[in-house]
Amino acid sequence: MVMAGESQFHVLAVDDSIIDRKIIQTLLKTLSYQVTTVDSGAKALEFLGLHQDDTTNPNTPSPPNNHQEVEVNLVITDYCMPGMTGYDLLKKIKESSLRNMPVVIMSSENVPSRITRCLEEGAEEFFLKPVRLSDLSKLRPLMLKTKLKDQNQKQEEKAAFQSPKLQQVEQKQQPSNDDKGKAIDEGLSPEKKN
Amino acid sequence: MDVVNQLQRQFLDYSASLHREGFLDDQFTQLQKLQDENSPDFVVEVASLFFEDCEKLINNMARALEQQQGVDFKQVDASVHQLKGSSSSIGAMRVKNVCIAFRSFCEAQNREGCLRCLQQVTQEYSLLKNKLQTLFRLEQQILAAGGSVPTIE
Repeated sequence: MVMAGESQFHVLAVDDSIIDRKIIQTLLKTLSYQVTTVDSGAKALEFLGLHQDDTTNPNTPSPPNNHQEVEVNLVITDYCMPGMTGYDLLKKIKESSLRNMPVVIMSSENVPSRITRCLEEGAEEFFLKPVRLSDLSKLRPLMLKTKLKDQNQKQEEKAAFQSPKLQQVEQKQQPSNDDKGKAIDEGLSPEKKN
Repeated sequence: MDVVNQLQRQFLDYSASLHREGFLDDQFTQLQKLQDENSPDFVVEVASLFFEDCEKLINNMARALEQQQGVDFKQVDASVHQLKGSSSSIGAMRVKNVCIAFRSFCEAQNREGCLRCLQQVTQEYSLLKNKLQTLFRLEQQILAAGGSVPTIE
């Protein structure tokens, strides 16, 4: 269900297995997301517009999706990959200017210490493979939360540069945005209530 | 209509037997549910990718196990791990189960055990390939007769 005027969410899926890439792509498309799949952490960083050196500068301000040509709203990555693991990728993203980007990890192995480590490093969710549609329906609130946070941040930044008179006019127009956000959130809650 | 009904029943019976005999598990059913007008050949495509992947990985394992000067069990294990992952993703339960045993032998660096598992995994892959091709053929026959493929639950 895509609301009129609302741009689609774009998910970047990272997995070295061609079969898993095909499956995750189909699952995400079924949920009406835009999907890009890559087969390595290095390619993921490249797609996100991050370079290896970007990730070591914690002082880089975090304007949303500044480096990218294409906006990505969430990264879902396999844990076990040759070269850069999903954990390595998670760490690099969290240390970069895209640190607010929600990252989700998938793994075929149920290793509690692995799960804890990922969540502690900032992963929003950890899914066991094979991943189900019901797992992926948890993604929307994550992406929405970040989008709303970004929108609010933009609003605040704009307001800071405007005269008090203009600010009043802007604030009158704001309520409709907030209501939309609330409605979407409530619509998503059913699962949590169970 | 009789022909279609017969074919549909054949299809359902055959599906049921594949599940009963452990060739396929629920994950395969999940994939079938994902198939729709937007991805009408999804299951066949995933199956093809799986078989290609299987062949490649089995060859890798065979080559690694052949090394007379010393088997790199880590390399064998890496391939088995990948195959275990793919078979789990497609719902190929028997293949997956052999991979689980296979990994133990890799860990134990037991060449004989590994070779036995390699033989088993090759066998299971062949069996599954044949059975899925039969299943897909039944689907094609139903569609050709003007019917629709029944959904499994």
